[in-house]
Amino acid sequence: MTLLTRGLTRRRVLQTGMAGIIGTGVAPMMFTKGAWAQEFCNNPTGDTVTFGLNLPLTGTYAEEGADEQKAYELAIAHLNGEGDGGLLNVLAPSALKGNGILGKKVVYVSSDSQTKSDVARAGATRMIERDGAIMITGGSSSGEAIAVQGLCQEMGVIFMAGLTHSNDTTGKDKRRYGFRHFFNAYQSGIGLAPVLGQSYGNDRRAYHLTADYTWGWTQEESIKAATEALGWETVAAVRTPLGATDYSQYLTPILNSGADVLILNHYGLDMVNSLTQAVQFGMRDRQANGKDFQIVTPLISELMAKGAGESVKGIFGTSNWHWNLQDPGSIAFTKSFGAAYGSPPSQAAHTAYVQALLYADACERAGTFYPPEVIKALEGHEFDGMGNGKTLYRAEDHQCIKSVLVVQGNESPTSEYDVLNVVQEIDRETVAYDPSIFGGDLGPAEPAPMCA
Amino acid sequence: MPTTFMSRNDLLLFLGFTIVVLAMPIWLAPFGAGYPDLLQRFMIYGIFAVGFNILFGLTGYLSFGHAAFFGVGSYTAVWSFKLLTLDAIPAMVFAVIVSALFALVIGFLCLRRSGIYFSILTLAFAQMSYNLAYSVLTPITNGETGLQLTLNDPRVLDAAIGQTFVGQPVPTLFGQQLSGYAGFYFCAGFLILAFFFAQRITGSPFGMMLKSIKSNQTRMQFTGFNTRPYALSAFVISGMYAGLAGALLAVTDPLAGAERMQWTASGEVVLMTILGGVGTLVGPVIGAWIIKYFENILSALNDNILARFWSFLPDGMADFMVTVTSKFVGDGWHLTLGLLFVIIVIFLPGGIMEGVRRIAAAVRRSGTPAAKTQTQPAE
Amino acid sequence: MFEVIFLQFLNGLDKGAAYALIALGLTLVFGTLGVVNFAHGALFMLGAFCAVTVRMFLTMETVTIDPTKLSPWGSPLEVREPLVQAWLGDFGAVLVNYSVPFSILITIPIMLLVGIALERGIIKHFYKRPHAEQILVTFGLAIVAQEVIKSIFGPNPIPQPMPTDLRGAADIGAFLGMQANVITYPLWRLIYFVFSAVVIAGVFAFLQFTTFGMVVRAGMADRETVGLLGINIDRRFTVMFGLAAVVAGMAGVMYTPLLPPNYHLGMDFLVLSFVVVVVGGMGSLPGAVAAGFLLGILQSFASMTQVKAIVPGIDQIIIYLVAVVILLVRPRGLLGRRGVMES
Repeated sequence: MTLLTRGLTRRRVLQTGMAGIIGTGVAPMMFTKGAWAQEFCNNPTGDTVTFGLNLPLTGTYAEEGADEQKAYELAIAHLNGEGDGGLLNVLAPSALKGNGILGKKVVYVSSDSQTKSDVARAGATRMIERDGAIMITGGSSSGEAIAVQGLCQEMGVIFMAGLTHSNDTTGKDKRRYGFRHFFNAYQSGIGLAPVLGQSYGNDRRAYHLTADYTWGWTQEESIKAATEALGWETVAAVRTPLGATDYSQYLTPILNSGADVLILNHYGLDMVNSLTQAVQFGMRDRQANGKDFQIVTPLISELMAKGAGESVKGIFGTSNWHWNLQDPGSIAFTKSFGAAYGSPPSQAAHTAYVQALLYADACERAGTFYPPEVIKALEGHEFDGMGNGKTLYRAEDHQCIKSVLVVQGNESPTSEYDVLNVVQEIDRETVAYDPSIFGGDLGPAEPAPMCA
Repeated sequence: MPTTFMSRNDLLLFLGFTIVVLAMPIWLAPFGAGYPDLLQRFMIYGIFAVGFNILFGLTGYLSFGHAAFFGVGSYTAVWSFKLLTLDAIPAMVFAVIVSALFALVIGFLCLRRSGIYFSILTLAFAQMSYNLAYSVLTPITNGETGLQLTLNDPRVLDAAIGQTFVGQPVPTLFGQQLSGYAGFYFCAGFLILAFFFAQRITGSPFGMMLKSIKSNQTRMQFTGFNTRPYALSAFVISGMYAGLAGALLAVTDPLAGAERMQWTASGEVVLMTILGGVGTLVGPVIGAWIIKYFENILSALNDNILARFWSFLPDGMADFMVTVTSKFVGDGWHLTLGLLFVIIVIFLPGGIMEGVRRIAAAVRRSGTPAAKTQTQPAE
Repeated sequence: MFEVIFLQFLNGLDKGAAYALIALGLTLVFGTLGVVNFAHGALFMLGAFCAVTVRMFLTMETVTIDPTKLSPWGSPLEVREPLVQAWLGDFGAVLVNYSVPFSILITIPIMLLVGIALERGIIKHFYKRPHAEQILVTFGLAIVAQEVIKSIFGPNPIPQPMPTDLRGAADIGAFLGMQANVITYPLWRLIYFVFSAVVIAGVFAFLQFTTFGMVVRAGMADRETVGLLGINIDRRFTVMFGLAAVVAGMAGVMYTPLLPPNYHLGMDFLVLSFVVVVVGGMGSLPGAVAAGFLLGILQSFASMTQVKAIVPGIDQIIIYLVAVVILLVRPRGLLGRRGVMES
């Protein structure tokens, strides 16, 4: 965390010198391959190892970003053997010793991504080049995650995605250096559809409002497919810009469109605004086609439910995790987070915390920070105890396969954080799917490209 | 000395500028800015600001939509990487051509109006480009996620010469990767070239014509002179500079996102130019460097670093200073920028360069009387 | 189909009300002082945060920590006791419930002071400077204002609930004697529309029917002559700046229940309000109001799926497209005077 640059490494001098060779056209790309096989981007040589936290501290997903930051700070404290150890005690199998990673103390740098892909990428570059981050993690938007994991592939730095729910993150745009613990829109569809069918019947007409970017598109597609399989009809699917604030012009056409369900493919502030405004439009008191009008929010978190207040009561959605789960891992995490910050953790905080631990564990198991080895340690790794039951880091697409929660807005909350009820836990066999359906190509792990 | 290629002062300025730029990795290192990503951004936004100044500084037309050309340059470059070849040169050539065409169309329409109407027109065009890039043009721009290179891009030229690439594709120059310091020197070369051309334009009869548009367009028109082709040329040239800068940003980091077209990005280049000094050659570059330095360095200062900085003070005092100063750095760096900007506009309308001139004049006055009298260039 | 179009029209009026109100204040400043005020959006944002502050005071709580009990997430249980209700009983509860309309009373003097201080402190030195410099200094001020708010209130929006009685939708269709439950519209948005109509009418009446307004109008037409008549026109213009700040602030307060305010609120409206002003014609008050409603209605209709099916993406660009067309076809805007702001 110092402002002064670290001394010139041998490689850095070499790279500077190589600038002079440009133009001769002879500088071979693989110039450094053989001689530097074990030298890689930001190989930690001192007694610390640096995580780069790329967090949306302003913008549409700012609230998630702030919660993630708390979780990372907690995870890093636990990895260094401070605090009550949190999930270190319940992760199984675990190679973590509570003395940092491979004996090196974990420190971090952070960058505000402003919920913008372009800015997120610039921040990640900065943390890799200036601060020597060995691993980049965080993010609360799939756009950010996809942009940053592309960069990390180029740089040869592992990216442990934070909150990203688009199918593309581990589908069409998957990368060898990118890993995702969070679930995805396809799994939301599989989990949510049966519950919707039971509660609202199989004869419904749905109207989608969708955030206009990768996550929104894939969620719309997945939920559409899942509900149409139930027998629902899709009246219209309207795209709204990410970060739009006034949704009224998109809400008025719904009133007399013949739809009786509104599906909000929004997240963060977008969801808080669109849901609150939809309720202001009286949608939850309406009748349409002789049925009660319903609103569904396929992906919802406690933070958003809290922001939407009254409006969220009784509304169905899915979550990756909830602090009220009663397994030892969830209890341990909720307890240490609550003790540290006075509020229960959100699903964003949970996924961030777990990702930090999983990376550290993989390094310990690999016995090195060398990314290709760490990647091997993560691929196909099966673990338990982190609050989602038995979990597999699938090798084919770097997607965690684990159980998914269907949640509903709490009708009678006992506290301001008690806003969602877990309706059903869908086991991981049900939400597993064939990784090839989304295409994409992980790309190579080796040779690790060199960063500056 | 109209017969010589460059006056002695111009030549000195150019050489000095070149040396300062090329030596940046060395002299910026003590300031914590000697790492390639930031150095590349210094170069890229320097080009952007120099180009912007050709329009705003010389003709006085305040465009609030230059980020659109920057963005178009980036998108064109990335598409060239995807479709043709990973080599940087074709990408940059295409980017400059496409942004020139784009600037020609927009400039032709916007220059029918002047004053704030011109500003709002450019703003409207840029916002339209941004909003479209973000929404319906997604097949071309990949929307919010940004356009990226993938393993299975066609890259027909690379394929034709049988060049294969291992790993994530990145832009190259004749097979040499352009990341890190190589990327910096590549960009620095272009900044120096850009500066050279701007210097030539400013000193040329064409530059004189542009300046006279600024000082009195009506009088020019009364003399039967059609100023619009000149203003349009300046607009297109500065659009090309923006496109070049956008392409370079895509070369050093091959992702083109829509955010770089938003009006705030256009506002940023205005801030850079004003901060450094409108109408001067070096000013806009300095403004760009200061803003990018603030954005990257000031924003990274946190309470720990501040606590260390103030540790020489007694405890209570140090805590107080940390609390106060932390409002101005880290997340609050925009506040510092805003204050600095307000102060500059109020007290130094000519920007930092005016400050430098005033100090130089004061020093000269107090020292030995100079042999030659200072002549201000006629505006 | 009628109800669809009617609703969309209503929505346009509602959106237009916000645009018109902001553009009105902007035009007041430009028309009187000749200053292009990029900090006007910031004044709107400051007004919204007046409401936030008032509510913060009204909802102050005493927090006692009960160490014997634990919350479900393991930290000691906090027992919260609202203060205002404890002091003022039922009246306190009503006050909290109606905090947003109530804050207007407090916002008016605050914004008046802010406006006058701004004009006396900084803007007045820029009357003779070029428009470009006015834009730049006010833009800088806008950045400073939003960053100060950010460092006080944080980056996240702070929801301001509307009074419980005014929540939900009103059945306008039934009110007009049509079929029930077809044309419904959120009550607060209707209130916002009526509110802005009243404010706009008030400003016009003030300028039209009071001596003060008459002098100001005279000053707008010919500042020097009015000055030569021995009238202190500068002081009146300062008051006008304060008035513009009050209009912006009130618009901000009433907007908070529709959109939880955050520090960036002003910038979000800034570009839009300038487009509205330019479309209406720089310096023309009726122009600003007309353009506000026109653009609101156009934006609302452009967002319909039927319209988007014909011209994809039109909802994203309609406002700018209209601005470009108007400026190219009718350079002075809808109702602008000739020769304003052309150099």
